[in-house]
Amino acid sequence: MANTKDKSLDVPKQEVVNTEEMERTRDRQCFIPKTDIYENEDEIIILADMPGVNEGSLDITLEKNILTIQAFVDESYPEGFERVYSEYVSGDYQRSFKLSDEVDQEKIEAVVSNGELRLRLPKAEPAKAKKIKVKAAK
Amino acid sequence: MYRRIRMPAIWREMDQLQREMNRLFEASSGLRTINSLRFPAVNIWTNEEGQFISAEMPGFNVDDINIDATADTLTISGERKREEASEDSRYHRQERGYGKFSRTIQLPFMIDTESVKASYKDGILNIKLERAEADKPKKIAVKSGE
Repeated sequence: MANTKDKSLDVPKQEVVNTEEMERTRDRQCFIPKTDIYENEDEIIILADMPGVNEGSLDITLEKNILTIQAFVDESYPEGFERVYSEYVSGDYQRSFKLSDEVDQEKIEAVVSNGELRLRLPKAEPAKAKKIKVKAAK
Repeated sequence: MYRRIRMPAIWREMDQLQREMNRLFEASSGLRTINSLRFPAVNIWTNEEGQFISAEMPGFNVDDINIDATADTLTISGERKREEASEDSRYHRQERGYGKFSRTIQLPFMIDTESVKASYKDGILNIKLERAEADKPKKIAVKSGE
């Protein structure tokens, strides 16, 4: 891990490109959360940056090996102030991942703190490799 | 330039049109969002009493965020540390940024540095600044001449 070079912080949020299968019903901008994924022997860890999101606004679903993260963020404006400068728009987040069969789907854990989502995907007990005996034809 | 001198009237027309178009687009789009190349991206609100700055910076420890205020600047700095993963883990995807950052914002007025309040919630840093009493605009009464 020592060799992986750190990415710069100075990369703005990326907006979701509307795919043909799905259209959004909310009139909000939607972003792809920046994500790190790493794996070790026992588990896969997904870390996603979602500023403005807490446990109440986050929705994680798992359907047919597709894990979908969705978050609905309602921007709060300070009262009595006028916005004079803007570099970011708060919007919703959406991203899906396809899981492999090696993940134990019953044991997925999700924790969100300080706008950072942490998903733990434990791996299932490795299926024993089946050995097939080859018989010589008589 | 040659043309401009020779045909000033039409170029003046063109400039006028250009300005007019810009004004139209600006008016219809509201406040334009600037894609900041600096971290963190900030939004700034203001009123006569002071300023409100919010910054998107997910996944920080509160102790790793520093805010320094002078009379007319505000500096947000800090470090996002990469979490230590075990030796046998390998990355599939790495999109998030790490490291140190520092950003200074020039304020449009003098502030009362004692009154700066900051909070960090859900990955968003909110800073409230109060305008210095001495810097607030004074109302000048107009007397009618007699």
